[in-house]
Formats: sequence, structure tokens, C-alpha cells
Amino acid sequence: MTVHSDSSLNRISALFIRYFYLLRSSWPRIIEIAYWPTMQMVVWGFVSKHFAPSSPELTAGGLLISVVLIWDTLFRSHISYTLAFLEEMWSRNLGNLFVAPLRPWELILSLSSISMIRTLIGMVPAALLAIPFFGVSVFDMGMPLAFFFFNLVLTGWAISQFVTAILIRYGLGAESLSWVLPFLIAPFSCIYYPLSTLPEWMRRIAEFLPTTYVFEGMRALLLDGVWRKDLLLQAFGLNLVYLTIGVVTFLFSFRIARKHGLLLQSGE
Amino acid sequence: MLLGLLEPTSGSIRLFGQDFIRDRFSVLGRMNFSSPYVDLPQRLTVRENLMVYAKMYGVFKPRDRVAEVASSFRLKALLDRRMRKLSSGQKTRASLAKAMINNPQFLLLDEPTASLDPDTTAWIRDLLGQYRKERGTTILFASHDMREVELLCDEALLMRQGKLVVKGSPKSLVEKFERDTLEEVFLQVNREDAP
Repeated sequence: MTVHSDSSLNRISALFIRYFYLLRSSWPRIIEIAYWPTMQMVVWGFVSKHFAPSSPELTAGGLLISVVLIWDTLFRSHISYTLAFLEEMWSRNLGNLFVAPLRPWELILSLSSISMIRTLIGMVPAALLAIPFFGVSVFDMGMPLAFFFFNLVLTGWAISQFVTAILIRYGLGAESLSWVLPFLIAPFSCIYYPLSTLPEWMRRIAEFLPTTYVFEGMRALLLDGVWRKDLLLQAFGLNLVYLTIGVVTFLFSFRIARKHGLLLQSGE
Repeated sequence: MLLGLLEPTSGSIRLFGQDFIRDRFSVLGRMNFSSPYVDLPQRLTVRENLMVYAKMYGVFKPRDRVAEVASSFRLKALLDRRMRKLSSGQKTRASLAKAMINNPQFLLLDEPTASLDPDTTAWIRDLLGQYRKERGTTILFASHDMREVELLCDEALLMRQGKLVVKGSPKSLVEKFERDTLEEVFLQVNREDAP
């Protein structure tokens, strides 16, 4: 007789282990995770060096390199989450998962956990290499860095909820959305320029994005030495709103997929 | 529908005395399934896959259970081989081992002996029969191989275009349709209206 335990922690850790096995099964994958953020850092590091004499407001305090790295956090957290979900579709394993007693929210937590690990694997080496390469340490920001980082991770996960909702509903035909959707908010997020640069209509949209407050907060910290907790709170509040809407959208999409028998037909 | 992958438009499903449509999670842990249309992750080894599902189903002492099912399905030598390197017959055995990992009380098998050689097919058939006898497990078995259905099933349900046409023990169906084999019954049912 096999003894069972009906615990969410078991199921979440089982799925986390599944992604961990996948990660360790291929060293090129691990290198690839760190490769893109490092390349971004190197390219933008030289751009920053080039503009330093003529545009100090763009590069002071390692601003340009820091915002590039922090923006990449959003993309990494999103793509790590979405790729883990896509792995299940590519390997035709969704059927096995959804007939197991795995609740959709447990799937979301497992994907978020592995996304966090992959984001750290990607971002930490790039951030560390920026120190000897360009003399810029994002770690000098201290505690605020953790808040900036965590907020962008949350934004990445919120976007992932919408993307996975679309994937579960429309299958692999919608795969390319995973790569392009985060860039939809890039022009409004004020990554490389302050909010005041945007025209009025874009500013109104930007004010509804958590990313705007993160990058405004970073600029305030790196250029003026002021930690604007109010901006971080606004970012966090908006992230909670979008994450909630995203999770509800995913659960709704999951329900629709069950209704129409799409959970086993997730191909192109 | 019996796996919770498709919501029924009408009717009800009761499993283990519970309303499966309203609360499928309370019974899914007591079930499992295997289908050639669903794969286990190809980049993981057989052992890793079985460990993941042992943990997913909350199996106590998962390593011991993995060793047990690996032995039952002759997978011991293949445990550290990646799924993608297995032959289709070996994959089917691994998928069946996954389906048994939680000692399910209700097992759904879709074409479980597809792509297996005759010797392995006979051995799997015996294994399933023995498992059912020992554990009292209910096995719902979807197959187009009527000989297999005759050998393994107490009751057969013949369907045409998604609708149940006739049900009964394989022997009683053969007698009812005055045929020699269940395959002949199947052909008749699919070619004309059942009596």
C-alpha cells in the first residue's frame, strides 16, 4: 500500500524539481541564461562610456548600465516563467500535469519559483562583471536595489500571466507573443529617459505602469541621492493590481480551455 | 471528462462518491492515466520523471516507489536514460510506470499496448490483470484491439461517433450479436445500427 500526502508544498516542489532537472540537464542552457544579460551590459557599458563626457546626466552614477540591467530583470523574469510553461507544451506534458491533483495556483507558484532562480542566474553574473569592466556596481544602491529588482520581477510575472493565458487558449501558434509582449511597455516605461520626456498622451499611459515608478525611483537615487519610497510603493501597488488581473485572466483562460477541451490540443 | 480535462455540457460524474465536476482535485490523487498522445518530458531521465510524479502525487518514500515501479515495468536498466533516447515501446512502459506511481484506485489507459511488441504486450496485459486482481483497481481501458478487450475486460462499452451503442461483458456481446469474436461485433456495430 502506497501512503500519500495531499500537500500543496509537495506538488509545488515536484514541479520546481522538474524545472531544476531540466536546467541541470544542459549546461549550454545555464550559460545562455547569463549570456544575454552579460552581452547587454557590455554593449551598453561601452555606449555609456562613449556618452559620459557629453551627457553626464545619462551616465552619472552608472545610471545607464544600472537601468539596462534592471530592465533586463523584467524581461528575464517574464521569459523564464513563460519558457518553463512552454517547455510543458513543447514536451506534450500538460496532459500529465492537469490530470494530477496540481491546482492552477500551484502551477503559478512553481513557475514563479523557477523564474526567480533563472533570473538570478542571469542577472547576478552580469551585475558582478559590470564592476571590473566599467567600475559600476549596482550593489552600491543597497537595499533599494532589492525593491527595484523585486518590483520588476513582479511586472515580468504579471505579463507572463497574460501570455500563458493566451498560450493555453490559442496554443503554440501564439508562442511569439512571449518574446514581444514585454517590449510593448518599454517606450512607456521611461527606462532611459525621465517621464517628462514623453508627450502628454504617452505620459498618461506611463503613469499606469509600475515600471515608470521603478525607473523614476532609480534616477532619483542615482542622480540625486534620494530614495523615493513613495515611487516604490506606487510601483508595488500597481504590480499587485496587474498581477491579480493576470492571475484571474489565466484562471479564466484555463477554465475556457477545459470547457472546450483545449488542454490536450495545445499544438500549433 | 473523466480526467477533468474537458468540462461536460450536461450530466454528472461521481467518482469515489464525490462530485467530480465540482471538486475534481479531491479525487485526482487517487487516479492516474497513460496515453500515447501525452508524453513525459523528453529531456528528463526515466528516474527524474518518475520522481517528479511520485512527489506530485505525494507518494511516501518516492525513491522506494520509483524503484518498485521500475522493477515492475522492467525499467531498472533504463532509469538513468533520457526519455528521448528510449524506443517507443520503452516510452510506453515508462508512461505506464508513471501511471502506476501512486497506486491508483482508478486507472485510465488509452491504448496502453500501442507500439509494444507481442511479447511485451502479453506481459503488460498480465501485469495489468494481476494488478487489478491484487488491488481491486478499476481500469478504464480505451482500445481498438478487440482481442485485448476480450482478454482483459469484464465489461466492454462500444461507441460510435462519441455515442454509447452497446455495453456488456465481451462474452455476452459476442452471444448477443451471434458472432465469433468481439472484433466482429465491433465491425458490425460500426457499420450498421445496433439491434
